[in-house]
Amino acid sequence: MEENKRLVKVPTMAEMAANGEEPEILFWVGCAGSFDDRYKRVTRAFVQILEHIGVKYAVLGTEESCTGEPAKRAGNEFLFQMQALTNIEVLNGYNVKKIVTACPHCFNTMKNEYPDLGGNYEVIHHSTFLQQLINEGKVRVKEGGSFKGRRITYHDSCYLGRANDIYEAPREVLAVLDADLVEMKRVRANGLCCGAGGAQMFKEPEPGKKDVNIERTEEALATLGTAGNSVIATACPFCMVMMNDGVKNKDQEENVQVFDIAELIAQAEGLTK
Amino acid sequence: MIGIENIIFLIVAAIGIGLFIWQIRKIRKNVLMGRDTTLNDNPSERINKTLLVAFGQQKMFKRMLPAVLHLFLYVGFIVINVEVLEILIDGIFGTHRALGFVGELYSGLMALNEILAALVIIACVMFLWRRNVTKVPRLWNGVEMRAWPKIDANIILVTEIVLMLALFVFNIADMKRVLVAGGEVVGYYPVSLLFVNIFGEDPDQLYVIAKIGWWFHLVGILAFMNYLPSSKHFHIFMAFPNVYYSNLKPKGKFTTNPAITHEIKAMLDPGYQPPAPEMDAEGNPIIQRFGAKDVEDLSWKQLMDSYTCTECGRCTSVCPANITGKLLSPRKIVMDTRDRMEEKGEHPAIFVPNHYKEQGEERVEVTEEKTLLRGYITPEELWACTTCNACVESCPVNIDQLSVIMDLRRYLVLEESAAPASLNTMFTNIENNGAPWAFSPADRFNWADEIYVPSKN
Repeated sequence: MEENKRLVKVPTMAEMAANGEEPEILFWVGCAGSFDDRYKRVTRAFVQILEHIGVKYAVLGTEESCTGEPAKRAGNEFLFQMQALTNIEVLNGYNVKKIVTACPHCFNTMKNEYPDLGGNYEVIHHSTFLQQLINEGKVRVKEGGSFKGRRITYHDSCYLGRANDIYEAPREVLAVLDADLVEMKRVRANGLCCGAGGAQMFKEPEPGKKDVNIERTEEALATLGTAGNSVIATACPFCMVMMNDGVKNKDQEENVQVFDIAELIAQAEGLTK
Repeated sequence: MIGIENIIFLIVAAIGIGLFIWQIRKIRKNVLMGRDTTLNDNPSERINKTLLVAFGQQKMFKRMLPAVLHLFLYVGFIVINVEVLEILIDGIFGTHRALGFVGELYSGLMALNEILAALVIIACVMFLWRRNVTKVPRLWNGVEMRAWPKIDANIILVTEIVLMLALFVFNIADMKRVLVAGGEVVGYYPVSLLFVNIFGEDPDQLYVIAKIGWWFHLVGILAFMNYLPSSKHFHIFMAFPNVYYSNLKPKGKFTTNPAITHEIKAMLDPGYQPPAPEMDAEGNPIIQRFGAKDVEDLSWKQLMDSYTCTECGRCTSVCPANITGKLLSPRKIVMDTRDRMEEKGEHPAIFVPNHYKEQGEERVEVTEEKTLLRGYITPEELWACTTCNACVESCPVNIDQLSVIMDLRRYLVLEESAAPASLNTMFTNIENNGAPWAFSPADRFNWADEIYVPSKN
């Protein structure tokens, strides 16, 4: 019903600065979140959550640029630092203190690698942010919402997990859904990569027996079983692409969907209707 | 009573220990070929880590069976060294069981020693079984597991069994000799007691057998010690410093090259004054390569890593690229670093270089170049890495395989512009569009069009 909906005007840092305001958090959208059609839905879901809880946030909009992460993992330190130094100038110009992002790659590089170049911010990943909202009671999923009893398996992102020791936050977020959470054999510190990290996202794989995302999808599908209507939950744009491709490759789109944890929370909260 | 035997002992021991020190000096020299890096911060955290990961073997216990078997060897090695100390004292001063004066404690120690020695034999037999009969994939497969690494592993296991047997031979014959002479046995030997009669009752014969057992154990230990620097088994020493100097930062933080930062800052701001470059001994500026082409471009810690590797293959067995059949094997990266370092620098008593071409390993398309990159490690391997850190996480002695892969990649990109074409496209996209894909930066904010939320009443 139209009258129950409100159009969101996503605030930008430039507008805020023009009004002499500073947001509590900067939402760093990332390239996948800005351009990838599938991941744009995650960005929108996360904005819906931000609007729902009423936090003062802003985005950089067209002032945002690649963090340089894929260049760095591919060995192009020069291009990485060019991007990083430019971004840091923008961020420092706006006096940014706290950054939230839905991309573990942006998160890792801004949290761990920007400080060496003069960019010091409190950087948190949206899984940790969502976990905090749940702990503070700001997000309250009513009786598990539409996920009650559905099978969900969480695929660990390498750049959240091993790279930054974030294993529990996304799982605690999923726990509020009251779904049937099942774990794959290779999880947490032993989690298997989706195959996209280290700039693999942007190139063809080297010769081998199979693609990494197929190996991982097979494991996820075996874990989820044949119940149908089940979910592979991710917390990374690259993992999402890889797992989606894997599910398609296995012709399992009817039975298994791939969702980001923010989408699951937004759905369960009834924000996406 | 000091006699000719003691003098021979002293000479043998001096040669053995001297040779070992000579080899250690070579290894030290090799490791110091690496670039300097400072890893002295947070000593208390480092000590904790060393206690947990090295002394406590924390990361071994991710896999239970090998962890327990390995624990037998590890504890056995440490405790049996007490008896080795006694052997040294007895050998030098012509005493017999010189530490026997501590009484009950000595009995307990000798009993523990014997039980551990028996467990060591059991563990070694099971390890041999796993390597050669059941052929545990991570110990058997992989282009880097050529003849020498496999022989090396078996030499170590067989030697450990033989050393323990020699110890038992000495204990059995020595105990029986004392018993036949009507004396009191110093210490308690629960395992030898089971076999106390196998060498007969002739005192002279028992004396000779005990001597042979004793000498064999001693010479065996000295030989073993001098074999270690040539072997993967050198980890028994290197594990401790290597864990102490391990990376304490989040695994996702890759190194930043400050030279590049200065270059970019100077480019963006003509007034920027980069610091003066470091000078070498002759006053010439030291020009460092970007990334690593050969072993001297790596840090001393990365070189130390390669001496710590015991080729267990845990890293390779969890590598997503390797699991899916790609050529990349993190263990090979580390073994190649060691082999190239010893080819280029000093090498220990036994050196078996790792030339894939000579080994007929056609899948590894190395060139004739005498460098780590391409001479040992091919770009195909480097580009298969997803930088997922599974190898780093899995290593029981905190080796950082990924850092070497990254440094070699950096050389390919920064010095040779030799990235795969698709990655060059990605670079161009970032440069032109601020995104790794070819989208217009003007469209970056389009996702925000028409987002609705339920209105609150």
